[in-house]
Amino acid sequence: MDQGSAAGTGGTFISLSDTEQRCYSGLYALCQPDSSGKLAAGKVAELFRASQLPAETLHQVTEVCGAKRLGYFGCGQFYVALKLMAAAQAGLPVRLESVAGELPLPLFIGITNELEMRYPNHPSTNESQPHILGSLTGSAPRPPADRPVLRHPDTSTDKQEAWSPPRSPGISPPRSPSAYRSYPYGAQRNGTDTLLAYDGKVAGCPSVPQENSSPSHYSLKLQPEQPVITRVASVERLVERAEMDYSDDPWRITEEQHEYYTNQFRSLQPDLSALIMGTVAKNFFTKSKLPIPELSHIWELSDVDKDGALTFPEFCTAFHLIVARKNGYTLPETLPATLRPGFVEPGVVPAPPSEATEPLIVFDDNMMPGANQLEMGSVDLQMTSRPGVTSKQDTRDESRKPEEFSPKRIPDPHEKPIQHVSTLKPDSPQELDANMKSRTRPRSYSSTSIDDAMKKVEEPPTPPPRPQKTHSRASSLDLNKLFQQSAQGSRPSQHSLSAKSGWLPRPPALPPRPPATQIFSFLPGSEKSSQKAVQQANFADFSKFREEESSVRGGLSTEDLAPPKLDSTLRHQGHAPQKPVRRKLHPESQSATPPSAAPYSAATLTKSTQRPPPKQKREIQMAIRKNRETNAVLTRLNSELQQQLKVVHRERVTLESQLELLRPVAST
Amino acid sequence: MQTAIMIVANYPLYIRSVPTQGELKFHYTVHTSLDVVEEKISGVGKALADQRELYLGLLYPTEDYKVYGYMTNSKVKFVIVVDSSNTSLRDNEIRSMFRKLHNSFTDVMCNPFYNPGDPIQSKAFDSIVSTMMVQAF
Repeated sequence: MDQGSAAGTGGTFISLSDTEQRCYSGLYALCQPDSSGKLAAGKVAELFRASQLPAETLHQVTEVCGAKRLGYFGCGQFYVALKLMAAAQAGLPVRLESVAGELPLPLFIGITNELEMRYPNHPSTNESQPHILGSLTGSAPRPPADRPVLRHPDTSTDKQEAWSPPRSPGISPPRSPSAYRSYPYGAQRNGTDTLLAYDGKVAGCPSVPQENSSPSHYSLKLQPEQPVITRVASVERLVERAEMDYSDDPWRITEEQHEYYTNQFRSLQPDLSALIMGTVAKNFFTKSKLPIPELSHIWELSDVDKDGALTFPEFCTAFHLIVARKNGYTLPETLPATLRPGFVEPGVVPAPPSEATEPLIVFDDNMMPGANQLEMGSVDLQMTSRPGVTSKQDTRDESRKPEEFSPKRIPDPHEKPIQHVSTLKPDSPQELDANMKSRTRPRSYSSTSIDDAMKKVEEPPTPPPRPQKTHSRASSLDLNKLFQQSAQGSRPSQHSLSAKSGWLPRPPALPPRPPATQIFSFLPGSEKSSQKAVQQANFADFSKFREEESSVRGGLSTEDLAPPKLDSTLRHQGHAPQKPVRRKLHPESQSATPPSAAPYSAATLTKSTQRPPPKQKREIQMAIRKNRETNAVLTRLNSELQQQLKVVHRERVTLESQLELLRPVAST
Repeated sequence: MQTAIMIVANYPLYIRSVPTQGELKFHYTVHTSLDVVEEKISGVGKALADQRELYLGLLYPTEDYKVYGYMTNSKVKFVIVVDSSNTSLRDNEIRSMFRKLHNSFTDVMCNPFYNPGDPIQSKAFDSIVSTMMVQAF
């Protein structure tokens, strides 16, 4: 295609500005030129539709540019057509004369320049491209509709201009960064735009030789030929920053990607500092549907310590390589510097926002940072995949597959992108979607699932021991001891019960409970039986207690507390009779007690103070008793634990001796 | 100067020769040398896996070339064939070559995507072997 300043249609020469040339060359590449330079009619049609011009205008354009005569769109015709469309969009009549002057770049919704840019810029086949270009490349149904939605936001000429610069650079991997950069130019775009732009850049125009997308971009950007490009200056700066940040793209892991990888890692291995074994990783990566030799190569690249397992950085590297591969990037022979496990990109991982978000922000001023990032990441990936349309289709399929692969959890998001429904996640990358969506959405899923699982695991054990701890023991044996110690003759059991119920001790008892529970679980049923006995005793006592309490009801905070406490403990233990008893006694208090023993005690104290002296006294006494009982229970528990410890010690000694015996044998 | 490195586990897993022609001859050589390997193995007797035991030394000197053998713990045999004209190679150098080969081989084995018994297609392994051959020969 002639990137020259002139596009000839039947001999008519129209001068094109540099940006226009770039844009047009990108679009040209986008439309799948065949060997003789003719463009695929379908693609051209899509592009024209994306320009959102009325059909009759498009017919006029076709006629004027000479394609109608020729029957096909050659390069010259195409360029003229593009220029005519720009004119039409600017409101000028579709005439050759109109295109003689400077015009803003034509805007194509959905296929936006970005896409074009990407496309042309991206000589290599990138899957991402296909996605974005999706419409162009072959998902005909979708594209126009999708693109417009997606791209629509920024149909400013700025964007167009921005796009053109990106196109020049040509190199696919760098493209992505450049694409991003160009995006920022277009800043207004929503995330999708950026992606598109990105793709455009990445796509690498066939016409654009390669390289240095960033420099070229910058240079291009620095040519604010068009008046509309007001943002260029700022964008340029942004772009520069972005370029610098993304100089290694696509081999740089963005923050979003990193989060996603983290979640995936957690799904395989909750501990981030631990290793994922080879087989586990193999199964996981096999889901990506990449061929085994490639996966093998990826593994070789990422397992730097050669231990057959992946640490977290290695896992991120491997995942990133897989993602890149799925997006069409060819695997490097050696690990890029940015992917080395020891590589710490300033601000990427540790404080990602600063750097990671910066470029993103650059891209889309208006776009949502998250979306940007996602898109960008996907764009990068996709950009590389842009190149061959047909091959892209394949890659697209592959990229779609990652959806299955990564997000088993999130089938929908991926599908959406495929359908190009979402505006935010434009078709650009199904891969992106897969990655991003999987990143965004799966993150929540995985985290929640893992957390839930963990929580569930943690929850069950605790409850049971509590009840045992406090009451059962205390009531049976401790009570007696307490009574003996306290030398409080009256209804020792009752007192103890009351003391227990009254809880103050509750608070102290609570913490030990969990450990006690564990211990309890260890302990054989003897404790339980004892507890039960105690409970039964308590039961009996409680009944007495209840009587007492009922008599003392006035300010029964303590009593209430006590019974509830007992109830709670008993409840835990599952002693039905006691529970109901308690409940009957203090239905209201029961509900109140579990929450806080301490408050109870305080409340009871206060209540007691408020109550008439005799009641207060009684309550205090009961509280004291309870405390004592609790103490007794705890001491017993302590002794039991000590015994267990001794047993365990003995076992340990035995094992060690056995080991010693075996060792000499093994060393031979 | 013709040299070849072969990794055999009763069938060739990996063959690399410099120059690349005449591989067939090396195939033949390797197969015959396998017999010698077996002979040496049976002669060892003990089941202890020692580094010395792994290196089998000069298996079979012919007029054209010398064959060195090495066997890993998993009965995978490494065979190096060098021209007899290359007399600068010492035993220690051969040993070190085998050691490097063994290390690279274990790296390949560590890859979960590699099924033992498959021909080795790892590019990293290829590069290491090529480097080694260029250095030594």
